[in-house]
Amino acid sequence: MGIVSPGFSGRPRTQEPALPPGQYLTEDFPVLSAGPTPRVSLDTWEFVISAENGTEYRWSWQELMALPQETPMVDIHCVTHWSKLGTTWQGVSLDTLLDGVDTGAHFALAHSYGGYTTNLPLDDLRGGRAWVAHTFDGAPLPAEHGGPARLLVPHLYFWKSAKWVRGIRLKTMDEPGFWETAGYHDYGDPWREQRYQGD
Amino acid sequence: MATGTPARAPIKWQVARLVERRVETATAQTLVLEVPDWPGHLPGQHVDVRLTAPDGYQAARSYSIAGPAVDGPGGPRIEVTVQRVPDGEVSPYLIDVFGAGDPVEVRGPLGGWFIWRSEDTAPVQLVAGGSGIVPLMAMIRARRAVGSKVPFRLIYSVRTAQDVIYADELRRRGRDDFGLDVAYVYTREAPDGWRGEPHRVGLADVNTHGWPPDLEPLTYVCGPTGFVEAVADLLVGLGHASRRIRTERFGPTG
Repeated sequence: MGIVSPGFSGRPRTQEPALPPGQYLTEDFPVLSAGPTPRVSLDTWEFVISAENGTEYRWSWQELMALPQETPMVDIHCVTHWSKLGTTWQGVSLDTLLDGVDTGAHFALAHSYGGYTTNLPLDDLRGGRAWVAHTFDGAPLPAEHGGPARLLVPHLYFWKSAKWVRGIRLKTMDEPGFWETAGYHDYGDPWREQRYQGD
Repeated sequence: MATGTPARAPIKWQVARLVERRVETATAQTLVLEVPDWPGHLPGQHVDVRLTAPDGYQAARSYSIAGPAVDGPGGPRIEVTVQRVPDGEVSPYLIDVFGAGDPVEVRGPLGGWFIWRSEDTAPVQLVAGGSGIVPLMAMIRARRAVGSKVPFRLIYSVRTAQDVIYADELRRRGRDDFGLDVAYVYTREAPDGWRGEPHRVGLADVNTHGWPPDLEPLTYVCGPTGFVEAVADLLVGLGHASRRIRTERFGPTG
């Protein structure tokens, strides 16, 4: 426990749900991005998984929509301390997309329209824990929240859930992405409070 | 996990004390904190501030740092400017309760993207909405502190003249800091002598008071989400390269 701040009691919290350390609840949906919001047409949109041997697996918007859809209801946690509980999404599981991809890689680098990147262990994209999500709260995902489609990896801080996702490069060596290069943690587990490098 | 990244020492929480408080507007105050082990920072970086209640409950929020660190008798001092968030948990405490000499925990500096490096010679355009001025003011103050001659233009959107944070200093710097131009856009009520009707920042404002895209300026936009979205879209529409537009958005969240 830190030093007590004289006169600070905090919000009433008799019914406080379990949150990762350092997080507070929010009802709205803050937007955090490093630059302008890219506008991506569904006609040209594609999602590409490139394996470490150079093989590429591509899906158009229509092809993504034709895959089995899932509707995860998940809690999300932003490194800037807000958490939002019980968010509802629709999208395609990375298990579905990775099924049939021939790879021995251990790492993934997600990349986005607009140039954003973020790295994850490939295992964290498997096992029903990650999606390419296109619908939020029953409506098409708004551009400022990453539409037409974003990565959804709710067990890690939300900067790992790359907005405007365009593809995933499978890699044998880990390569830090945009925020990871700018001082943020390589893995980003909210429950272990892995916010910044060295945490 | 981090096979490709050199290990770095964690950024520790440390105890800071309030040494001075300045009223900026009816809803914003600047807190001067003495932070004995502050390692220094770049303009645009932020600090996490953590409060602890007697029962161990903690609440942390990020605040932009308003200017370069300065020396004080007990160690370096940093400034944050806190805007009161209605029904907020942390900002009302910092504005109404937090007293001179009181301790608070801080962690930083944080953020390595929304920063200006004085060795970068590109012209800079700053677009602030409301309390989004804080990290941009840090850049203006750093420019002055290092004697940089990089041309700066600031467009500052506020509801009324009474909502301008750092009003006196901006007036002074706009006059004295060679190469710094300051323009205001009023959204609710314009002061006497200001030309035009109250409006939100539009194409004409950015065209008149910003840099043209062919000068390849570095642009920093900070403010509420809707403001940043609108301004960034305007800039992209004018032909500014997305990768030269850096944004920081804040939402109505405690």
